Amino acid sequence: MTEVLYVTDENNNYTTANSIGWEAKKAALEESLALINERIEEARQHVANQTASPIVYFMELNKMDLQVLAAYVGMWQWRVKRHGRPGIFKTLSESVLKKYADAFGISVDELRNFNGK
Amino acid sequence: MKLNFEHHQTAHCENGVASNLLLNKGLKLSEPMIFGIGSGLFFVYLPFLKVNFAPGFSYRPMPGAIFSKAAKRLGIKIKRLKFSDPEEARKALEKNLENNIPTGLQVGVFNLTYFPEEYKFHFNAHNLVVYGKEDGKFLISDPVMDYTTTLTEAELEKVRYAKGALPPKGHMYYPTYIPEHVNLEDAIKKGINDTCKNMLAPVPIIGVKAMRWVAKSIPKWAAKKGTKTTNHYLGQLIRMQEEIGTGGGGFRFIYGAFLQEASVILKNDRLKELSEEITMIGDLWRDFAVDIARVYKNRNSKSDIYNQLSKTMLHIADLEETFYKKLKKAI
Repeated sequence: MTEVLYVTDENNNYTTANSIGWEAKKAALEESLALINERIEEARQHVANQTASPIVYFMELNKMDLQVLAAYVGMWQWRVKRHGRPGIFKTLSESVLKKYADAFGISVDELRNFNGK
Repeated sequence: MKLNFEHHQTAHCENGVASNLLLNKGLKLSEPMIFGIGSGLFFVYLPFLKVNFAPGFSYRPMPGAIFSKAAKRLGIKIKRLKFSDPEEARKALEKNLENNIPTGLQVGVFNLTYFPEEYKFHFNAHNLVVYGKEDGKFLISDPVMDYTTTLTEAELEKVRYAKGALPPKGHMYYPTYIPEHVNLEDAIKKGINDTCKNMLAPVPIIGVKAMRWVAKSIPKWAAKKGTKTTNHYLGQLIRMQEEIGTGGGGFRFIYGAFLQEASVILKNDRLKELSEEITMIGDLWRDFAVDIARVYKNRNSKSDIYNQLSKTMLHIADLEETFYKKLKKAI
């Protein structure tokens, strides 16, 4: 995908140009994505160690934070945070799980059965 | 059903939608013109707002502000609607299409199927135009794309109702009245004055003062939060500066293009000189971004680096302050 940039020509007059991107921008974007991937991996580890519920993993996978996820499932943030605990996650009803599954674009079974391994 | 609408690619979505919608109604205004008249040049620092785990920085004002201000200054009326019910939102859009009204929408980009993967964040202030519906799919003119695209009903609903910060809530807008004669000179002057006022505001989170606050914070972050977090914050700064939609250098280049056009319309050579000055400043922002990128690549964590970056940004702030003071006097 090319994007439009405003540049000056040899007469110092402004014109537009198409660009596929440049170093500084790519570097910043890569750094951001690298951080996201780290967070996903860390979350996956927590689920494997049973110190976090699958909700935490899928939240990171979808680049969401607590605020965004809470908005998508229509619940208060403190509730969503609580559902991040494996003990609490086990007790969640089908309808609550469905809200999360829909927010993540997966099935309830996929959500329930994710074990981080 | 396909309306007679010209798709033009632009650097920035809000300017692009505005420019394309007005062109459709017979008023030809370039992207830089809309940007300048709408006082799009800005800087704000919101340390208490976390976006992608870093503070909020923006080189432009609140979404919608550019088009609304530009419209007001040009005597154009825009109708804006939001809907709590997605069905109502869809019907209203389709009714517009039936009445030959191409319509601007505010959408979230996370589920925008035609967007490249690496740009799909939970960013909800993107703008595009719907100009038709064929075979059950909406025809989309998204100004940051170099070609038109389509979205199914379900896909469009998802993006019109994206959640998180600044949710669109089905927001749609379109011009309803364009005057016979548009007073471009007046509009340009108002736009310039507003920009100078904002950038020179005596408020710490806005304009040149905000730039200085950020610059001074860089070494503090390094000392208190460590290299990784500091680099992440700096990354946020340059992504906001150089990402899609800025035309480069945090909109400074688009503004340069605006001043160049304005100097012709107002027959004011000073503006052409100032256009070159803001271009030079835009280049410095660019260099600053390159310096920051080098910090990641070298994993350079010497505390001196952050002091240097701080000095560079303070210098840019000084140049911008001088620039806006000159600009104010020039018109």
